[in-house]
Parts: sequence; C-alpha cells; structure tokens
Amino acid sequence: MNPVTIVSGTAYPWGAKNIDTDVIIPAHWLKTISRTGLGRGAFETVRAAPGNIFDDPRYAGAPILIAGDNFGCGSSREHAAWALVDMGVRAVIAPSFSDIFSGNAFKNGIIPVVLPQEAIDRLVDAAADAPVTVDLETMTVTTGYQDRFPFTLDPFRRRCLMEGLDEIGLTLAQDTAISKFEGELAEHRPWIEERRGYEGIAVQSAGRT
Amino acid sequence: MASRPLTLYEKIWAAHVVERRDDGTCLIYIDRHLVHEVTSPQAFEGLRAAGRRVRRPELTLAVPDHNLPTTPRVDATGRLLPIADPESAQQLDALRRNTAEFGIDYIDATAAEQGIVHVVGPELGFTLPGTTLVCGDSHTSAHGALGALAFGIGTSEVEHVLATQTLLLQPSRTMEIRVDGTLGYGVSPKDVILAIIGRIGAAGGTGYVVEYTGEVLRAMSIEGRLTVANMSIEGGARAGLVAPDQTTIDYVRGRPMAPTGEAWAKAEAWWRTLPSDPGAVYDRSVLLHASDIAPSLTWGTSPEDVVPITGHVPDPDSFADPAKRAAARKSLDYMGLTPGTAMQDVGVQHVFIGSCTNSRIEDLRAAAAVANGRKVADGVRAMVVPGSGLVKRQAEAEGLDRVFTGAGFEWREPGCSMCLAMNPDKVPPGERCASTSNRNFVGRQGPGARTHLVSPAMAAAAAVTGRLADVRELMGDR
Repeated sequence: MNPVTIVSGTAYPWGAKNIDTDVIIPAHWLKTISRTGLGRGAFETVRAAPGNIFDDPRYAGAPILIAGDNFGCGSSREHAAWALVDMGVRAVIAPSFSDIFSGNAFKNGIIPVVLPQEAIDRLVDAAADAPVTVDLETMTVTTGYQDRFPFTLDPFRRRCLMEGLDEIGLTLAQDTAISKFEGELAEHRPWIEERRGYEGIAVQSAGRT
Repeated sequence: MASRPLTLYEKIWAAHVVERRDDGTCLIYIDRHLVHEVTSPQAFEGLRAAGRRVRRPELTLAVPDHNLPTTPRVDATGRLLPIADPESAQQLDALRRNTAEFGIDYIDATAAEQGIVHVVGPELGFTLPGTTLVCGDSHTSAHGALGALAFGIGTSEVEHVLATQTLLLQPSRTMEIRVDGTLGYGVSPKDVILAIIGRIGAAGGTGYVVEYTGEVLRAMSIEGRLTVANMSIEGGARAGLVAPDQTTIDYVRGRPMAPTGEAWAKAEAWWRTLPSDPGAVYDRSVLLHASDIAPSLTWGTSPEDVVPITGHVPDPDSFADPAKRAAARKSLDYMGLTPGTAMQDVGVQHVFIGSCTNSRIEDLRAAAAVANGRKVADGVRAMVVPGSGLVKRQAEAEGLDRVFTGAGFEWREPGCSMCLAMNPDKVPPGERCASTSNRNFVGRQGPGARTHLVSPAMAAAAAVTGRLADVRELMGDR
C-alpha cells in the first residue's frame, strides 16, 4: 500500500445518504479475481442517469468524494474500495461510514474522514468550485475558501496510512503471542481445534438439516 | 474483588484476546472462518504473492454459493454441466484450486452439503456458540443466532485471517434490543427484524454489537434467530448475538462437525456460562413489544423503509429529516410507487423465496403452508431456492417440493440466487419482486429491479394473489 499524507484536488460534491456498496459497485462486477479495473463499474447505476455528478467534466478524476450518512453500508465487498481507488478516489468525507467499509477503505489507502453534517453541507457548497484538501499531518479538511474542519482517526490506522504499512506483516511479527494463545486454547477450549473435517462427515450428514 | 457483570459480547471478546494494545485495540483470535468464491480469490493471490501460508487451514471451511446458477448441476447421467458464464466459471474454479493448494476443506457445488455459506455453517455444526466466526460476507452476522461473535470482513481481512488466524479489532459498543411479549398470528421472525430496522434505522447499529433479548427471542427457534441475526447488518450492526440457551444446545448437539464426548461436555458447560450477567450494562437499549409488530414489508430502497402490510406508501413530506425526504422521493420514483397507495394494492411480477435470510426448512414449511392447494397468480414468476442441499433433501422428504411445483413455483438448486443479481437469477428492469432476501437496494436484484422484503409466508401470499397481500387473510380461511 502506498503511503498517503495529503489528498488534495477537486471533490465530488455529492452528499447522498445511505450509499450502499451495491451502488458503489454492482454485484455483476464481483466475478473478477483481480483487484484492479473495477473503476469502470463504479457507480454504474448512478452514471446511467444523464447529468450525473460522476460524468460532470468539472469533477473528472476528483480524488475526493463528499457523501452523506452511512456511506458504504450493506455488503462487505472490498471491491467497493478497489473500485474507488481505481477511479482515483483517495478520500471520502461523510458524517458516518459503515464499519466494514471503513475498514476496507483503510486497507486500500483511502482516508474515510468523518465530519459533522453541517461541515458536509458546507463542503458540498464549497466543493462546487473550489479544491478541497485532506491532510493527515494536521488532521484537517480545508477548502479554497479558508474553511478548516479538524477530524480524528484511530492513531494506529492513521500511522498505517501515513507509512503504508503491511498489517499482515505486523501481525505475523506477533507470532509468539499467537502461538502462546493457541497453546492455551488447546487446554481451555479443545473443541475449537478438534473439529471433524468435511471428508469424515460428507456421507454421515446426509438427510439432516 | 467482586467482578463487574459482563455482557455476552464482553465474555466472548475476553476469551479471544491474544494481545491488547495501549489504545484498546486487540488482536483477536478467530475460531472459525467461512470462505466463498467471490471475496476470496484476491486474498489467496495476496498470500501467494507474499509467499505466505495459511496458519490454521483446519479452522476454515469453503463452499461456493454466490455465483452458482440454481439450475441442475449434473445431467441425468451424473455428468457435470458446464457453467455458461466464463467469469463465474473461472471464479468457482479459483476457489477449488485455492482451497486444494492451501489445504482447506472444500464442499463442492455438486455435494449434498453445498449451500449458502450461512446456512451450511450452522447446519453442519461448524458454527458453535462462544466462537469468533468471520466470513467475507456481511451476512455473517447470522451466526450470532447461536451465540457466536460473527461478522463480515473484507478481502484484506480474509487474507489476514488466513495468514494469522487473528484480526486487529477495536472493541464495539453494545446495544441490547429487547423484544417482549408473544408474536401475533401470522407474525414471523422476519417481521421482527424488519420492525427492529424500521425502528433503529439502517445506520442505527453502526459501531455496535447488538444482543437480541426478551421473551420473543427466547421462544424463537434457532432458524428464526438466524433470520433475525442475519439482518443485523441492515441495521448497521456488524454483529448481532442471541445468548446460547437450551434451544441452542439442542440444536448444536449431534451436528456433524460439533464436538462429541468429553469435548462436548466441556463445551456445553462453558457455553452455559456465556449469557450476559444480571445487571450487565449495555451502551444503548431499545425495547419493542411483540404486540406492535405486524406482518411487515419494505416500500423503498433502504431496509429501514418498513411499513406493516396494512399500511400505505408514505408521503416523502411526512419525514422530518430533509435528507430522508429527498431519499424517499428518489426511492418512490425508483420503486414506481405513489404516496398514499395501500401496500396491498401493489401488484408483483416476481416472488423469490430463498437467501441466507430465509431459505431454511422452517421458512420453506411456512411458505408451503400458504401455497398448499393454491396456484401462483397469472403473470407471476415464483421461485423457491433452498438454502442448502440438505435443506432441499429434507423438504423433498416432507413433500414440500411437490406442494410448490404443484402450485406453479420453480424448485431450484441451492445458492444465493436472486438475492444479489450475480448469477443468472435476476429481476428484469422495472419489474417488482416480493423477496425473502435481505436487501432492497437500488439494482440489488438486477438493474432497475424493484424489491419488497417480506417473510416466506408473505412471499407465498404474494405469489398466489399476484400482489403484496396480508398473509393472515390467507391463513384465516383455512
């Protein structure tokens, strides 16, 4: 993952509420076995309407998306984050995000910035004709109109974004702790590791629902 | 030192902490991992690219469901039928190859045990109370019905679990949703969860783990609890729990992958300690009364857009929140509905009985009871898609397949089917579907498709009347 400190440029001044991941990337795009190329399917149903915000030349290639409450709700598909990255979005600003989407965003170098609804309303106005900047160093969102909105992020996630850290690599470094836990597991909850494999039950289970 | 009373969630969390950081973030051990074809290929590819192995392959179980067509999979001679869509075929093949390469248990599309991942887990006893269980699918919340801390994860997290058998998590806030009383005539678990989402909103549970409590949940079967917990995510909650009780233990005992002998005795004893302690404190509590819950359905494009079947299409101007007013206008435009229309006057062209929410044997029994002796209305295409091969087999043993086919329903092979428009089962643009699935999002069942979420009995009622109908009226004349 590439490190990110500042995302700056035009922003899609959308503000729509409850944008689900089926809207971000419809299911028929999920048949891919790759992480790339999903930008073509991003917001497909929105883009089917003439005059939509994503095909407005004023915002072409904008790295920031401004949305309403509960952005990324619904399906856990990380394809939604991959589609946003592929269309060039590096930060989404909204009053709230679904828990799963926000985790997926972090893991793909997208900054999910939470700001109150009043700030979103102001940003939707300002972004119509001024650039927006999201800065992880100063933890602020600013506009060409001198607006300045501070935000917070989980410190660990902020560091992962700014340093482009590989979370799996970090956890693998905790191998001793995980092995110790597994040793205790065998003693306290032995049934966790002793489950029967599928091969052994395939016939036996027939008929049971 | 007297210990503070703990919630079910806190007890499961505490039993799984590998390491706690200063900021409260914990490395949490994952006991069970379910994998399907759509959200795993990039995770296995990531492992390969980094030269990493799967830490505990025996704690993962894989089964294809999302992409599979629900038409027959083998011909009369038992020969495998090809999958027409090359992309689907490639993704299904990738799951087979990846699980073989990394030594993970894999249930093939042609096996009797194949089915929707959230039907298969509980049914085989892979899902156990008190476990942490994850899957690259948001409806993993379903497994919380058995008292497992179960939640959906993204593909990067799937890769993280495969490589480390852990996840890095922040503790969630807790919300108790209590439903007291006794459910009325014709009111099902689906109506309970629709009523809950209608109350708390689609984002009401964001940041929370929900625990469902109260007389209604205690009296509910595991299959009913699975329906309720399944849709926790539609209320924004990543996980929804029901405390394990005698019903849970009776359900799990004897399942093929459940513990036996001494391990069972030890497990059962521990599971009985898990229910929230008296006096345990939740960050938020919501109370519903069963008497306020009617057979319900959705009118719009968010699962929070819930109305009783006796209700009407709402007027967008009736909403106080300006954003909700705007959203309701767009929803009604998409849904092709006029404010003030009685829900029961709305005609349907499609009925879908299936999905991880409502495709288990009790769901099929409820739908068959309404369909029995009736005919699917003219101009309606109705399909029943059992949640697994074992559910299908059981239903056929009970003769439910003949009830459905005799009434004019299609009887299909197990899979996610028309819930999500990624396999050939889709609702055509502009057409309307009464669906037992979990999401009424724009385009969810196909581009331009209009979805009304309902219970299995209500779906059957819609099929035989050709409109959104009050199932109680059809039950009443029996």
